Amino acid sequence: MTTNDLLTLDHVSVRLGGREILQDVSFGIQAGQFTGLIGPNGAGKTTLLKVILGLQPVTSGAVLLDGSPRSPRDASIGYVPQKLGIEPDMPLRVKDVVSLGLDGHKFGLRLPSRARRELVSDMLTAVGAQRYADARIGELSGGEQQRVMIAHALISRPKLLLLDEPLANLDISSEQGIVSVLGRLARAERVAVLLSAHDMNPLMPVMDRIVYVAAGRVAVGDTDEVVQPEVLSRLYGQHVDVIRVHGRILVVAAPEGVDEAEAAAEDAGVIR
Amino acid sequence: MHYVFEPGFFASGPVHVALAVGTVVAITSAVVGVFTVTRGQSFAGHSLADIATTGGSGAFLVGVNQFWGYLAFGAGAAAFMEMIGIQRRRGRDVATGVVLGAALGLAALFLYLGTQYSTTTGASFTILFGSIFVLTPSTVPALIASALLALATVAALARVLLLTSLSPDIAAARGVPVRAVGAAFLMALAVSVALSAMIIGAVLSTALLIGPAATALRLAKSPVRAAITAAVLGVLAIWIGIVLAYDSFYWPPAGRGWPVSFFVVTLIVGGYLITYLRRDRQSAPQENVDAEQACSPA
Repeated sequence: MTTNDLLTLDHVSVRLGGREILQDVSFGIQAGQFTGLIGPNGAGKTTLLKVILGLQPVTSGAVLLDGSPRSPRDASIGYVPQKLGIEPDMPLRVKDVVSLGLDGHKFGLRLPSRARRELVSDMLTAVGAQRYADARIGELSGGEQQRVMIAHALISRPKLLLLDEPLANLDISSEQGIVSVLGRLARAERVAVLLSAHDMNPLMPVMDRIVYVAAGRVAVGDTDEVVQPEVLSRLYGQHVDVIRVHGRILVVAAPEGVDEAEAAAEDAGVIR
Repeated sequence: MHYVFEPGFFASGPVHVALAVGTVVAITSAVVGVFTVTRGQSFAGHSLADIATTGGSGAFLVGVNQFWGYLAFGAGAAAFMEMIGIQRRRGRDVATGVVLGAALGLAALFLYLGTQYSTTTGASFTILFGSIFVLTPSTVPALIASALLALATVAALARVLLLTSLSPDIAAARGVPVRAVGAAFLMALAVSVALSAMIIGAVLSTALLIGPAATALRLAKSPVRAAITAAVLGVLAIWIGIVLAYDSFYWPPAGRGWPVSFFVVTLIVGGYLITYLRRDRQSAPQENVDAEQACSPA
């Protein structure tokens, strides 16, 4: 963890109703870095993102943004939530949604402006959503909505972009489309991206670092360092195998009977 | 011309007041209604209307203009709804089964007592189904001021309400006090319901609130256009309703005009049905194929 980290989580723990959701989580993210927040469903990924957003108070530890404690409400973080659940008759066109990314948190009315229209249009072009700028958000497919929400999150030029499972329920071509848009924008705009996913494989082309979450704990580093049977077995608290096949990585639980103590005894040295 | 506007229509004082107040109330209800439907709070609007019935009949019983009863009970109910969380399903169940039943029961009692102690036999009808031709002139400034206040509140909250409808989490992360905004909107909704109750009656007030808005949301894509469309539809329904109600004095049974609220509500429902019968321009978005399942244990 270096002092020039854009985002720092320092020994963060979250306990909810007596259950430990996150245990002693520490890691840092630097500007322009693409980090995958990988782990099975229920591991604590969404909670971790909500802690960073300030929506979930921590039981102990600290979240630092640019080296200082994050204020409860910080607009320098862009956020794309897991799913929208919007009705088709929601009176918001795609361009209205992106425009709300600039000033949707402000009170009062605003007048239309040419500069704003151009900004919105440029942003939609950047995410490849220009085609449906005039469609209602609720009428789009999941992948199209994700592109629009990425434009919504990025138009205010945040330093950090958080995405909660943006690839869930997408077909493979939409998935690749979203990943390449994010990889391109992260580099072009120097935005740090933290993206949660249960499958790391689609992210391989763009991911600089991995934060692997299991059972409320994290292992952080390069993919090759973290995605090792010893590291992940220790994280899960049970033996898991890592299988690399045709450039893809599969993490699978060992069948019943494999000695858990054996796995736990191995020390990889990269946890935390 | 004579067949549309019966003699005396343009000279009638009550008609002038009805047209002026009706227009302001229709615009307010329509604009508040667009946000109510967008936020999925039509049920809250309906609950407020039921409770306003109690307030209006109570006010009549103690000799106060029913508007103040609608307003006081509506505002109190809005605060209560915010407390029990009307947005949640359990909150709705409690509200429907317990609170609304009790409110309408009280309204029945108040109206019964009211007719016992008063010679004004039309009071029950006025409270339940409206009284646009018998508005007390002294309440007109209060009605218009309340309408402007509700409109100003919604205008001030417009962008924040839209962002919250899009995603409450995004709004909260960007520093929007989501709960306070929701409470302020419920208050504006309560005022709007009280106003609508004055025009077409407490029982029917949601029609003016939700009807034009729901129709507009089928026609217009952007929030501004939806609000304008809803306002135009609401105002048209009120104007045409007033003209027809005035004309109906000459319809059978002659000498007794038909209720304005009947015409207004029928026009609103008719408008909605016309947009409903029109086939959807675009088919529903296709669901995406589920992505490959996780390859992690757990």
